[in-house]
Amino acid sequence: MSKAVASQISIQDVTYTYADGNDALKHISLDIRSNELFVLFGPARSGKSTLLRLLNRLSDLTEGAQRQGAIYIDGEDIFARGVDVHDLRRRISMVFAIPTPLPGSIRENITYGLRMAGMKETVLLEERVKQSLKQAALWDEVKDRLDSSAFALSGGQKQRLCLARSLALEPEVILLDNPTSGLDPLSTATVEESLQELKQSYTIIMVPHSTQQAARVADRAAFLLDGELVEVGASEQMFMNPKDKRTEDYITGRFG
Amino acid sequence: MTRQNMNKLMIGMVSLVATIVVIPIVLVIIYVVYNGIGAINWEFLTAAPRNGMREGGIMPALLGTVFLTFGTAIVSFPLAIAAAIYLAEYAGDNMLTRWVRLAIVNLAGIPSIVYGLFGLGAFVLFWNLGTSIIAGSLTLGVLTLPVVISTAEEAILSVPQSFRTVSLSLGASRWQTIRHQVLPHAMPGIITGIILGLGRAAGETAPILFTVAAFYLPELPKSIFDQTMALPYHLYVISTQVPDMPLSNQYGTALVLLMIVFSMTLVATVIRTNMRRRREW
Amino acid sequence: MIVNMEQSAPTVAPKRKPVPRHWGEWVIENLIQLAGVSTLIIIGLIFAFLLREGLPAFFEISPATLLGVRWYPIEEMYGLLPLLAGSFIVTIGAVVIALPLGLTTAIYLGEVAPRWQRELLKPLIEMLAGIPSIVLGFLGWVVLAPLIQKAGAPTGLTAFTGSLILAYMSLPTIISISEDALYAVPKEYRDGALAIGATKWQTIWRVVVPAARSGIVIAIMLGIGRAIGETMAVMMVTGNAANIPALGIGMFFQPVRTMTATIAAEMGEVAKGSLHYSTLFAIGIVLFLITFSINSIAGRLVGSQGSRRSGGQL
Repeated sequence: MSKAVASQISIQDVTYTYADGNDALKHISLDIRSNELFVLFGPARSGKSTLLRLLNRLSDLTEGAQRQGAIYIDGEDIFARGVDVHDLRRRISMVFAIPTPLPGSIRENITYGLRMAGMKETVLLEERVKQSLKQAALWDEVKDRLDSSAFALSGGQKQRLCLARSLALEPEVILLDNPTSGLDPLSTATVEESLQELKQSYTIIMVPHSTQQAARVADRAAFLLDGELVEVGASEQMFMNPKDKRTEDYITGRFG
Repeated sequence: MTRQNMNKLMIGMVSLVATIVVIPIVLVIIYVVYNGIGAINWEFLTAAPRNGMREGGIMPALLGTVFLTFGTAIVSFPLAIAAAIYLAEYAGDNMLTRWVRLAIVNLAGIPSIVYGLFGLGAFVLFWNLGTSIIAGSLTLGVLTLPVVISTAEEAILSVPQSFRTVSLSLGASRWQTIRHQVLPHAMPGIITGIILGLGRAAGETAPILFTVAAFYLPELPKSIFDQTMALPYHLYVISTQVPDMPLSNQYGTALVLLMIVFSMTLVATVIRTNMRRRREW
Repeated sequence: MIVNMEQSAPTVAPKRKPVPRHWGEWVIENLIQLAGVSTLIIIGLIFAFLLREGLPAFFEISPATLLGVRWYPIEEMYGLLPLLAGSFIVTIGAVVIALPLGLTTAIYLGEVAPRWQRELLKPLIEMLAGIPSIVLGFLGWVVLAPLIQKAGAPTGLTAFTGSLILAYMSLPTIISISEDALYAVPKEYRDGALAIGATKWQTIWRVVVPAARSGIVIAIMLGIGRAIGETMAVMMVTGNAANIPALGIGMFFQPVRTMTATIAAEMGEVAKGSLHYSTLFAIGIVLFLITFSINSIAGRLVGSQGSRRSGGQL
């Protein structure tokens, strides 16, 4: 596998309808540049996580849902016939809101995706373990107990383990679905700090924990409301001087 | 009578009935143990029956039941696990799935004697396996399928959904996810289900009547195409078909059968408890 | 409003080499699907083989004979009515005994018993479910039947003896399904009743049990299904006399012969392919159809309850 390059993403007129007929996303069009930290924010159930799941086709798991429109990663239609969805998910990797270690050791967690992709060479795997744990700022804390259970880690450590597990795949894009929910302020700061490092090598799309966090970390941001894209812009403009009344209301805490 | 007294009376009655239901279970077990324990000794367990089965032991029947239990496991294990994986992981919410579920409910409800007829018609006669261990194992294997499928499916579904989502999100395929993140954690539950199913099979009489069981056959079977004696049928034979059979032999046989079935249940329970204690999520 | 910034036309980038999907995986997934469908095939095969061996009986024996009141194969009298009657008498007796006992025990376990008692009693009831029917039949034969005879019956081998044993055998089924049904009643119902001053018993009897009635119906049906198909125990204790007893309470205290016992007792002695042989399979068809309809209806009812996936959704 060659060293990954950060990708750009183009979402074109995407509408997503659940089996019960509700539109989770309505005609979303959006471009995300390479090596930026892009934030999707909005009230609960506004479609942020749904959009995130569409990007690496985890949405395929939702039975009965319908999608219209297209998503391109570096010009490649991810829903096209013949796209290897497993390869796609390795290129566009997801970290979930709840820390979700798999049963097994720290090492087994990190190497899982690689092993499933067919990587067998121990030396290579070891190298990835070290490299990704360092990138996720966890190496120093766990380097002496890589074979102990991942469940023995603290909440913040677990979440950084999940990040490292995604990084081990050397993805092009990292999707972060509220990665600091349930973390204490200190752990949150650690994660946010490593994000600034990571965007040098990856495109990051994140659903933030709060508007404050969005303002702290984002290069650019998009505001979603009821499945509609209300506004997109650079961070300073979005959070200091929003164009749309609804964005302003949300940011100033008048609803949501 | 006041409402409060009525309440006390009825609650008391409910407790009384529950006691009446449970006591005979204990009594049955104690009674069989009390009357049967005297008959059990080394000879009883290791010798073939003699003198029209009135003397000697139960060894051929005991071993026959062991053979049949293994045969049943070989037949039902792979098929049941695969069917359970299908139901838990692959089956969509469609007509086919509803039909499969209906089939399993119905398989569980078919009387064991009808399985016996099926085994006779299909395995013994049509496929020409004769009255044999293999015909009996196939019959018992089919009979245990629904129990094993249901418990195995339950075990698979009890693995947290998040393991699957995480595994898939890391690029694993569906089968890799099942193989590496679902089956290992469901396995103790699946094995529990299989042992419970086998315990039931070991005690069945009706399905083996026409497919494998021999009335009296002191020699051990030489191949899977031979007949064999089996404990449940042996108990039936010596208690109803042999005049002047010493009662202690009958109780002894019943006790051995009961112990086999209960020890399998016990093993299943121990595995299940162990699994619950050891898992981390 | 839809904001659409710098809509760039997608350019085709060089694809990565996709990891080949292993053909082994394709084979395994198809085998798994086949295994799932095999349950359908198996039940089809069971019915097919019963028909294959049993249908000749329906063609070669006149309906008048089949519906006759005499089962006497040696004289070519194949009347199924006494066997049907025998099965129904024993089954009805068993359900009448088992239902109140089972439901009450379920109420006790679910609503009354403290935790430690529940944890003691449930394994005991599971143990009962594990006792092979031949062992219970054996005890019925050597202990229960003599007791019933001593109590004044002309013989201990009666429909009632069979019903007693069967009732006990169907108890675990009835208890566990009723308990599930009671457990499924929302807690708000109980709280609501208690809040307006109902006693515990009133709550159970007027609120919880009625709310659980569809589950209790399922329990009764599966109890019937279990009882009607039971073979060995029934064969050992019901006396096996093929006659139709006069209607009335007395019919429970006479020897009867059930369908299952007839198959078990006679199949060993008939010539393969004879009329008697196919009539025994024909009885199997009747049993299959009865249990199939009971379980299909019960299965439908159970199926209308909710999803069973465990937590941890992401």
